[in-house]
Amino acid sequence: MPIINNKELFPTDYNDRILIEALKKTPQDIIYEIRESGLKGRGGAGFPTGTKWNLASAAVAEKKFVVCNADEGEPGTFKDRVLLTDYLPMVIDGITLGGRAIGAQKGYIYLRGEYRYMLGRLENYIAQMISENRLGNNILGTGFDFTIEIRLGAGAYICGEESALIESMEGHRGEARNRPPFPVNRGYFCYPTIVNNVETFASVAVIISKGADWFKSFGTSKSPGKKLLSVSGDCRKPGVYEVPFGINVKELLKLVDARKTKAVQIGGASGYCLPRSQFDRTISFEDASTGGSVIIFNQTRDMLSVLKNFQEFFVEESCGQCTPCRVGNKKLLDGVEKIEQGECSISYIRELMDLGRSMQMASKCGLGQSAPNSFISIVTHFENEIFSSR
Amino acid sequence: MMEYSKKNGDRAPVASKPLKVAPHGLESDIGSKVEVEINGKAYKVPIGMTILDACKKQNIHIPTLCYHEDLCLAGVCRICVVEVEGMRSLQAACTYPITNRMKIKTSSEQVRKARRHVIDLLLSEHYGECYSCHRNGNCELQKLSKEYGVDSYRFGHVIERRHNVDHSSYSVVRDMDKCVLCKRCVRTCIDLQEVGVLESTNRGYDTTITTFNDLPLAEVICINCGQCINRCPTAALRANDPSHFIWEAIDNPKKHVVCQTAPSPRAAIGEEFGLAPGHSMTKQLNTALRMIGFDRVFDTNFAADLTIMEEGTELLLRLKRSLVNGDKSVHLPQFTSCSPGWVKYIEHFYPEYLDYLSSCKSPQQMFGSLLKTFYAEEHNIDPAEIVTVAIMPCSAKKFECNRPEMTASGFKDVDFGLTTRELAQMIREAGLRLPELPPSNFDDPFGEASGAGLIFGATGGVMEAALRTAYELVTGRTVPFENLNIEACRGMEGIKQASVLLTGLKPEWAFLEGVNLKFMIAHGTANAKKVMEMLKAGELADFHFIEIMGCPGGCIGGGGQPIPTSGEIRKLRAKAIYEEDAGLPIRKSHENPNVNYIYEKFLTDGPCGHKSHKLLHTHYVKRGKYIV
Repeated sequence: MPIINNKELFPTDYNDRILIEALKKTPQDIIYEIRESGLKGRGGAGFPTGTKWNLASAAVAEKKFVVCNADEGEPGTFKDRVLLTDYLPMVIDGITLGGRAIGAQKGYIYLRGEYRYMLGRLENYIAQMISENRLGNNILGTGFDFTIEIRLGAGAYICGEESALIESMEGHRGEARNRPPFPVNRGYFCYPTIVNNVETFASVAVIISKGADWFKSFGTSKSPGKKLLSVSGDCRKPGVYEVPFGINVKELLKLVDARKTKAVQIGGASGYCLPRSQFDRTISFEDASTGGSVIIFNQTRDMLSVLKNFQEFFVEESCGQCTPCRVGNKKLLDGVEKIEQGECSISYIRELMDLGRSMQMASKCGLGQSAPNSFISIVTHFENEIFSSR
Repeated sequence: MMEYSKKNGDRAPVASKPLKVAPHGLESDIGSKVEVEINGKAYKVPIGMTILDACKKQNIHIPTLCYHEDLCLAGVCRICVVEVEGMRSLQAACTYPITNRMKIKTSSEQVRKARRHVIDLLLSEHYGECYSCHRNGNCELQKLSKEYGVDSYRFGHVIERRHNVDHSSYSVVRDMDKCVLCKRCVRTCIDLQEVGVLESTNRGYDTTITTFNDLPLAEVICINCGQCINRCPTAALRANDPSHFIWEAIDNPKKHVVCQTAPSPRAAIGEEFGLAPGHSMTKQLNTALRMIGFDRVFDTNFAADLTIMEEGTELLLRLKRSLVNGDKSVHLPQFTSCSPGWVKYIEHFYPEYLDYLSSCKSPQQMFGSLLKTFYAEEHNIDPAEIVTVAIMPCSAKKFECNRPEMTASGFKDVDFGLTTRELAQMIREAGLRLPELPPSNFDDPFGEASGAGLIFGATGGVMEAALRTAYELVTGRTVPFENLNIEACRGMEGIKQASVLLTGLKPEWAFLEGVNLKFMIAHGTANAKKVMEMLKAGELADFHFIEIMGCPGGCIGGGGQPIPTSGEIRKLRAKAIYEEDAGLPIRKSHENPNVNYIYEKFLTDGPCGHKSHKLLHTHYVKRGKYIV
């Protein structure tokens, strides 16, 4: 399943000879180009990639590492799978350029356990790259050494969080680390490490070949470029779409031919649920931000069961180390079940909303901080529906 | 990459390691000062210091739960969150380093709400009621609830047990229904002690702390040190309390109940009665024990003196065999064997080196076997009716007295090991207020002991006591240190080493002439591990004697001592012990008249003779890392 619509950012005819040109650039030039492009992390958090790379590049250490986060675990996203399947050369080149930029000799792809079926293909491709000297020692005569190894996750959602991912790579339980220090200073085995999303690396390859200005011609000033969206749910044309940032929800729904839409979940389980009244909001870091997941619900859907599904997900997928996330999510789920049974007072729901806000503020990592988003947005926008139907 | 972690010897994941960072990784900036604003007031704070430490210095209170000053950082309970201006979310004060000019609020509305939520969430999962809890009155969760005015269970409360209590271990009882998942025990075990018995398992709401394969504690490689108990904020971990059986024995007129008290409980038990750390309660305790109903109150230090005689002789014999006879099978350096935590550690982790361990029993066990033999004979008491109770700072002593090999008297040599905390409970139950009791002396014949036996309680004490005796034995002169205080043996450094040159020896010890007696002292099994790795690498070939204590600080930091514990508290307890030693008339084990008496009357073939081998020495079990 390739990307459905126009393919400017991720062309099917990607010219993999750009690598040799790109590797002739100095690390500073690569970082400069990425900073100029305004590329922000495509995994969801939206941290400026150039800034991250610059920090890692400035860190002094005997070794550095590049990690490609292919632990695509957010419910409703499947765009990294498409990139790894049909656009692999761009991803690998992006990782290699990341290594060049920060001065790393080793890259890792942290592949989610459910994508194990890709392992053989990925390894074959890397082997082929090595045999063509596009990876390995003295790549294409540029004097740059770089190899890529694949690490398999075991299916934990938390391992998509960069520091938990690193813990997992080190052989420990997947649990988020305390920050600072950030991975750019102390990452994999305490060496400076950049962790970026698959789509970020793929974007890097295109930016380096076509230039920052070209990239910035898409999107908004705060969210330059284009984004892959994994669209699923109640629509006629689900799939992966390449859209410029700034597209509003209504336009997107038209594109995917969704009808009688009641709500759109932007950003997966950890994202926000938008009701009809907010369909003019735009997909961008400054407005409705998403790592790629867009789930559409039409008028036949029961929002309480949608919420329950998300909440069950977090109760199971919290890593369990910090109190607000481990226990808080269970209390939210208990609340949802109470509503289901018609046993929940409005005042208790207010209490839980308050708890949700504390979870957003006090949880240790991004997972816990974003876990109550669904609860808060669905209860806020669909309170009448949730309560009147019981 | 594995070399990296091996090289550093790290076993705890980085997720719970303290990492000091400066902005943009400029390590050179760490330590230089920066102005920060805390609650509207400006302070100069070193870069790299955590918000919690900075606030502590300024006397600004921030509540904590998972934080413990002995342990690496976790940042998981989230009770210490504070507001940092410019940050989207609240930050854990215990882990967040000061890296620039920050504005911090430690008690804003948002902060108070979040903390209250954290407490409410923990309580919603916490089983049981405070008044039926072992830690009632000394529970950190209870304290927090009070601090934040908890008046209801906002998110419910657990009223039925969800886990079984693990009573399998002689030493440590685990009650996971009380666990708040602060992971202090995990960090204690893997990072402080480098044993690694406990770890989190499962994920999310199902997360629990457990052992390998969820096995009972008695069936895993737990060394019974009890350090996890000392750091548990609730009653999820506690010692296996035998006081019920002791009361039963005391209340039974047929039983002759005798107790021995180790120096460390005496130096710490005052803390259980509200005294500041560092007040020795030796003589008040004697009174209390008699009032509770013990028939005789003896001093473990007597047996410590005996240990010095036995262990010192053993060392000299090993040296003689090695130096005079050229016997290559002699194992040197000799390791001490007083600490049952350390003994079980070496049995599990370095079973191939058990021959280096002294064959001497610990003072507790030596005392036990003498009580049921020599003492019983001399006083014409049926040993079957004697109940021996050892009051110890230690949870591992409970396991030790239950070892099958500890029955040299024909009976269980020591019937019960009772911790400082459990004894304090018995004293309270008897209606006594310890600090106000009149002082009284120990009972004879084991009443008088030397200061050398006393200092066994602190790390380095055994070594100091052994040197005081051994040096004098071979030279006929006292150790060349002012007031017998061998400072090289003292202090809280993880591994200490020093040497004494032996010259001008008595003729019978001439073979030691010119030998530079090298010794090493380590406390806490993490340091023991380092020493054992040195031994493995052949770096200790010229060492003669090594003292190892299983617990940080030695016995004064034992797993049966009053809670809380900290570096400062352990220092104060050690100080109390050294002060008591300095004030005693007899300060060398070989000058203890009771020790000499027992060698004249009972152990007539002398130290390491046939009889003492039967009663005072033991053997060890090659356990390995599998269950034996």
